[in-house]
Order: sequence, then structure tokens, then C-alpha cells
Amino acid sequence: MGLFDKIKQAFTGEKKEEPIQQDEVAEKYEKGLEKTRSSFSEKMNALFANFRKVDEDFFEELEEILIGADVGFDVTMEITDALRQEVKLKNAKSQNEVQQVIIEKMVEIYEENEIDEQPVQLKKNELTVILFVGVNGVGKTTSIAKLAHQYKSDGKKVLLAAGDTFRAGAIEQLKIWGERVHAEVITGKEGGDPASVAFDAVKKAKEEQADVLLIDTAGRLQNKINLMKELEKIKRVIQKEVPDAPHEVLLVLDATTGQNALIQARQFKETTDVTGIVLTKLDGTAKGGIVLAIRNELGIPVKFVGLGESMDDLKAFDSTDYIYGLFSELIKETI
Amino acid sequence: MAFEGLTERLQNAMTKLRRKGKVSEADVKEMMREVRLALLEADVNFKVVKDFVKKVSERAVGSEVLENLNPGQQIIKIVNDELTDLMGGGKEGIEFSPKPPTVIMMVGLQGAGKTTTAGKLANYLREKDHKRPMMVAADIYRPAAIEQLQTLGEQLNIPVFSMGDQVSPIEIAEKGIEQAKNEGRDVVFIDTAGRLQIDETLMAELSEIKAATQPNEIFLVVDAMTGQEAANVAKSFNEQLDITGVVLTKLDGDTRGGAALSIRAVTGKPIKFVGQGEKLDAIDAFYPDRMASRILGMGDMLTLIEKAQQDVDEKKAEEMAEKIRENTFDLNDFIDQMDQVNKMGPLEDIIKMIPGMNNIPGLDQIQVDPKDTARMKAIVLSMTGAERENPDILSQSRRKRIAKGSGRPLVEVNRLIKQFNESKKMMNQMSKGNLSGMDNLFGKGAKGKLGKMAFNQMNKKAGINKKKKKKKMVRKKKK
Ligand SMILES: Nc1nc2c(ncn2[C@@H]2O[C@H](COP(=O)(O)OP(=O)(O)OP(=O)(O)O)[C@@H](O)[C@H]2O)c(=O)[nH]1
Ligand SMILES: Nc1nc2c(ncn2[C@@H]2O[C@H](COP(=O)(O)OP(=O)(O)O)[C@@H](O)[C@H]2O)c(=O)[nH]1
Ligand SMILES: [Mg+2]
Ligand SMILES: [Mg+2]
Repeated sequence: MGLFDKIKQAFTGEKKEEPIQQDEVAEKYEKGLEKTRSSFSEKMNALFANFRKVDEDFFEELEEILIGADVGFDVTMEITDALRQEVKLKNAKSQNEVQQVIIEKMVEIYEENEIDEQPVQLKKNELTVILFVGVNGVGKTTSIAKLAHQYKSDGKKVLLAAGDTFRAGAIEQLKIWGERVHAEVITGKEGGDPASVAFDAVKKAKEEQADVLLIDTAGRLQNKINLMKELEKIKRVIQKEVPDAPHEVLLVLDATTGQNALIQARQFKETTDVTGIVLTKLDGTAKGGIVLAIRNELGIPVKFVGLGESMDDLKAFDSTDYIYGLFSELIKETI
Repeated sequence: MAFEGLTERLQNAMTKLRRKGKVSEADVKEMMREVRLALLEADVNFKVVKDFVKKVSERAVGSEVLENLNPGQQIIKIVNDELTDLMGGGKEGIEFSPKPPTVIMMVGLQGAGKTTTAGKLANYLREKDHKRPMMVAADIYRPAAIEQLQTLGEQLNIPVFSMGDQVSPIEIAEKGIEQAKNEGRDVVFIDTAGRLQIDETLMAELSEIKAATQPNEIFLVVDAMTGQEAANVAKSFNEQLDITGVVLTKLDGDTRGGAALSIRAVTGKPIKFVGQGEKLDAIDAFYPDRMASRILGMGDMLTLIEKAQQDVDEKKAEEMAEKIRENTFDLNDFIDQMDQVNKMGPLEDIIKMIPGMNNIPGLDQIQVDPKDTARMKAIVLSMTGAERENPDILSQSRRKRIAKGSGRPLVEVNRLIKQFNESKKMMNQMSKGNLSGMDNLFGKGAKGKLGKMAFNQMNKKAGINKKKKKKKMVRKKKK
């Protein structure tokens, strides 16, 4: 069932919200996103309660709510500009009419981009190589540990590659995680060539018939050309051993990052063909809106979200569920 | 990307307003809408933006428009000044304790840059103030956090105090300071674990460390890329710890860094240092004026406008525009134009002032060679008057003579003539309203943009192509 249908049903009250699976992480996840949702819909409701007419002040308030939720600047402008038009055209005046236009527009933006939302899937009886990239301090290493832990729990053979040879203590950090999740870590020398670590790791993973190899890289800002080129080299070197690898390139983004997250996504996509995003530190912020912006502007799906610092704190992400949640809350309160 | 879009809009709004004596309410309204969006897009917290816009609007209405500026530029200037004021002030540098050691506590979210900054600052104080710093490893939570600090200590040859990760951070901090006293260390950095401002337990731990160590400075380390959340983070840390200053990290990236304004507005605490890279010497004092124009996304456009206005001879610009219209633009004018550009300062400096330019990946690697324009000039100066006025007569033998005379290779002479001809052709088209191909006008790359800019600047003065050139002045969207 498409998102729009779901929402329509919510509108007409035909069907109840589908129950969401209730394990522990899911609960944590719900709690984390709950904040985003309720603060978002609270503000929207306050806005509707306060305005008498749909004027420029109203639009400014709306812009602030959307930007405040880090929906992204461009998406926000797209929504409010469209709304200005629609309100004029349809002469929408009542709260219900306007709210409906907002929801329609948001769903429209959401559905504008048909994107491949395949979750990360391991290959059967073959090595899957996943490369982690991103700017400094976003949570690459920790996310690798978390994902390794998940695959280990599924009974997979997991190898980790300590490709961050630059930051002080980075190799040691991954090694400690390796011990905790019981996964072998392939390391090189501090200050050594990360591509050669990746190469060794891929080779070893093949030899040992591992199911999955997770490759860590040093954080790098997307405007540093040489460092971005280094990532290309890492990819090339991996491909020498496994031509169709890396099977996934996961860009790790910190949920507290503002507009720069989009530039990061764009730049990393260009150099490394990012296949998905890991959105970390969502336990700290009531801002998940960036999901919409990234999807809308770049067509890259968020595949995992990070919800804390321990190895259990990673959750596969379904953006339809998320956005549906965001809207349905709003809709419920409209009716 | 909206980045350019906004700068463009700001500039459009700016030039829309014609020159007149006082800034009117309508002028302010027109500009402030764009300013508001620029700030929001730069990640300044929306509440902070609201207050700021209100305050500046009040100040701007009725203000006297300065010589050489139009009301739009005047408002941008006010905005810029206010931003600078707001972010500046407060004590600079580090408050050293009269009774050493001076204790400095580093706090902030996960991954903000606390540990790296502790290393950078320790190094900085040793170099600048001849201090004997020590660092204390009080992050017992993140795997290998202690090793990270120890590695930095080894790299810098600065001692690191650690008690492993089985002792409470409070005790580690206390013992660390004791040790520093014993060893005659006069500055102690306490590196704490990253934590969320909503984590009550861990926030309380910081309060305890503070109570136990009575730090002289508590620096909140914030990633410059932080979005709307920066305001909440700063507020909570400040309420909980009464921080003494802020360090903004990762400014070597291409973020606009609106977080700086949010933090300052919310806490009132000064931003003292900025991190400019991963290396341990990449730390700098905070300059509010640089930050203001960065946030505004105008580069140092205002400075450029002012500079250009002082230096570009208005009459000359008008003459040149006239020549373009009449299609009598010659090589003399071509080098004049270069002089105009040169007058504005070293090329690198000017490039940095152009909005968007500092965001082009790899620009930092481009070497702009001021000798290039000097060489071109040398070539033109080796031509006879007739040749300069009528380059069509430049036969191969004449070109060879010029090459010899200027001491430049023949290919360079040919290139220059080719470039000139293309420019002329394009200018001619342009003056007829056809702007396609404008990009190649002044050659490719950064220098081309520069020439174009100077040219636009002159056109603006002379009042031709007013609307069209706006569109082209802004860097083309990168996919
Ligand atoms: N490019 C750039 N990177 C920086 C800067 N400051 C810190 N970093 C990098 O950001 C990452 C995180 O820095 P850390 O110093 O480990 O941050 P932290 O706040 O101590 O992190 P935790 O202890 O994990 O909470 C590292 O990769 C640093 O190299 C800066 O100014 N520019
Ligand atoms: N609260 C929270 N912290 C996280 C999350 N993911 C990572 N971190 C923390 O962020 C910091 C930087 O993480 P790290 O994995 O070293 O980042 P890297 O530099 O990208 O490899 C560490 O202190 C992690 O514990 C998350 O989802 N939530
Ligand atoms: Mg790492
Ligand atoms: Mg640290």
C-alpha cells in the first residue's frame, strides 16, 4: 500500500494504524522519534490555533517550524512556496483546508522521488563488503561495531577493517569494539596506507570465507579533494579482489548536523556512490526532518539509525513508516 | 544548491533598491526577508533569527545611507556590523589562574572535537605563552579515548595523566591536578567524554568534576556544522555548568556556521577559538567579522563592494562600457581591465571574497599566480600603438617580434590574442543582450571568474546589463 493511500485512510478513518513490532530496540526507536513527531505536530497545532488568516506571518511561522525540525531549507521553501500558490488558487481559508494542502504537498514531495529503498542485504554464500564513509566524529566506527554485533547475532562471520589509520587511537578503538562483538579486526600501521589495509582485509575475508566485511575509514570533510580521492582509491583497491564490491557504501551522518548534511551527502555520493545513509545520534535530537530533505534532494535512503552508544543501539530504518508517523500524528489531530 | 540562490537573491534585493538618502521601512522589509532566509539557511536557530531580524530592522530604518552605497548595501552593512558585534566582545584568550595550575575543562557532544582541541590548545599555549601544559584523560567511556589522548600527548611531547577506565572521572581529574602541581605543570586540560545535553546522569557527572576541580575555564566544544540543535546544546551545557567560553571546530569545512551566532545569542559566552583542521596546529583565535560574513554567505562581498568602489575609476569604467557598446574595445582596454582587477588586491584575497568561491572543492589547491597578469601585460606592452588598437593586423611576424620583445613564448602571445578576440566577440554579443558563452569570457577557472567579476563591477557602475549579469555572477550550480 502506498503512502498516500495510508494517509488517505487515516484521513477517512477507514483503517487503524498498523501496529508496529514491539521489541526493545523498536521501543527505543519509537521513543526517539516520538520526540520529533510530537514536537512537530504540537507546533503545527499551535500554529493553526493561533492564526486568524493565512498571511505572510503565517507562512513565516510555518517556515520556522519546518526549519526548526531540520526538514531542510530547500524542502521547506518548496513546501511554503507551493502552499502560497495553492492557498491563492484554491482560496483555502479554513484550518482544515490549509492543513490538508500542507500534508498533500509534503506527501507529494516525498513521493516525487521514486527511490530504491532496499534494506542492506547480505549476499548468499558470498562475501558482502560494506564501506563506511563520512565526515569527522559522526559515528562511523561505532556504527560498524553496532552492525557487526547485529550480524554476529544472526550467526554470520564478520570481519572488520581498521581503515582509519589517521586519527590518534582510531585503530585501537575498532580493536576494542572487535573484542566486544567477537569479530576479527584487520589492522595496518598507524599513519599507513588505508587502501592497503582494505586490500588485506578483503583478501583475508575471502580466504576465511567471511559473510561480511565492514571497512572503517578516517573521517574527512567533503571539501578536501585529496582525502576524497583517497576514498576512490580504497574502492578501486577493493575491486581488485572483489570486482562488484563494495556492495554497500554507507554514508554516516550525524543527526545534529544542519544544512551541511546535504552537502556532505551530495559530495560523498559523487565520489563514492553512496548506497545508503546511517543517521546517528538520533537519541539526542528531536530533529529527524533531515530524512525528508536527503531523500528529496538526493534520493539516498536512510538505511539505519543510531540511537545510542552501545552496540545494541542501531535500528534498520523504514522511511515510509517514519514519514507516515510524522503525518499521521498531524492528521489525527486535524480530524 | 540554495547556497548560491540565496546570495544571488540577497544581491538582487540589494541592487533593486536605488540610491537615496535614507533607508526606508520598505527597503528594510525587502532586504530583511532575504537576510532572514540567509540566516536560517546558515543554520542559525530560528528563534535567534527572529530576534536578530527584529532588532536590526529597528536600527536600520531611517539610518543614513553612506556615500557610495545604495540602501540595500547599507542594510547589509548594518546586518554585517550587528552580526560582528553580537559575536564579538567578551574576554579574549584564556584566563590564567594567579595560582597555577590553570585548569581548563573540555566539554561537549560526542565527536565534537574535545580531545583534538585539548591537544591543539595545549600546544598553542606552550608555543604562545610558554606554558607547561598537561592533559588529563577523563573520558573513561569511549573505547580507546585514553589511547587517543596519549597518542596526541606523544606526538606533541606533552604529558598525559591517566588512571585507566575503571576509576571515576572525578577522581581522575582531581588526581591529575595534584600530579600537575607536583610536576610544576601550569596548565591542565581535562578531556571529558562526549555526552548528550539531555543525559542527566552524565551531565551531573560534569557538575561534579567542576565542583571538585574548580576549573578556571570550561570550554564548550561545538562542531561548526551543527544545525538548529546548537541552541539547545549550548543552553543546556551553559545552564548546567556556566561555561566560560566556546570553541568552534571543523571550520575548515564548507559549513556556513550559523551555530556560532545561535550559541553566542543563547549563552552570551564568547567564542574563543576555532578549529581549522585535523592537524594539531590547526587552531586559530576567533574573528567575529570573518564569521559574520561567512554566516551571511556574502563572502566578504561588502568589503569587495567598498574596495571596488574606491579603486575602480568610475569614469574609466563608463568609457569602457561605451567602447563595448560601440565595439571599439581594444587591447589597451584589455590591460586596463587587468589593472583594475589588480588594484583590488592580491588575486587570492579577492577570490576569497566572492560568495561561493570558498566552497569550491579544491580551490585551496589552486595557485593563483599574480605573475600571469603581469606576463599578459608585458605582451601587450610590447605591441605598437597601432597593434593594440587594431589587433587584426597582428600577423605571424608581428607576433614573433612581440614574443621576443616581451620575453614570452609565442604560444602565450597567440593565446592572449585568441582570448582577447573571444572576449571581444562575447562582449559584443553581450552588449546586445546575448549572454551565452559569458563563462569563457575571461578564460577558465578562478581567474576567469575574477576577470568577469571586475567586468561586472564596471558594468554595474556604467549601468549596463543590470539584470542579466546578476544571474551569471553567481557560481554555477554544481550538479
Ligand atoms: N577537519 C577537522 N576535523 C576536526 C577538527 N577538530 C576535530 N576534528 C576531528 O573530529 C573527530 C572527532 O574529534 P575528537 O577530538 O575525537 O572529538 P571528541 O569530542 O573528543 O569525541 P568523543 O570523545 O568521541 O566524544 C576526529 O576525527 C578529529 O580529527 C577540526 O577543526 N577540523
Ligand atoms: N548518543 C550517540 N552517540 C553516538 C552515536 N553513534 C556514535 N556516537 C558517539 O559519537 C562519537 C564519535 O563516534 P565515532 O564512532 O568515533 O565516530 P567516527 O569518527 O565517525 O568513527 C563517539 O563518542 C561515539 O560514542 C549515537 O547514535 N548516539
Ligand atoms: Mg572512527
Ligand atoms: Mg574525546
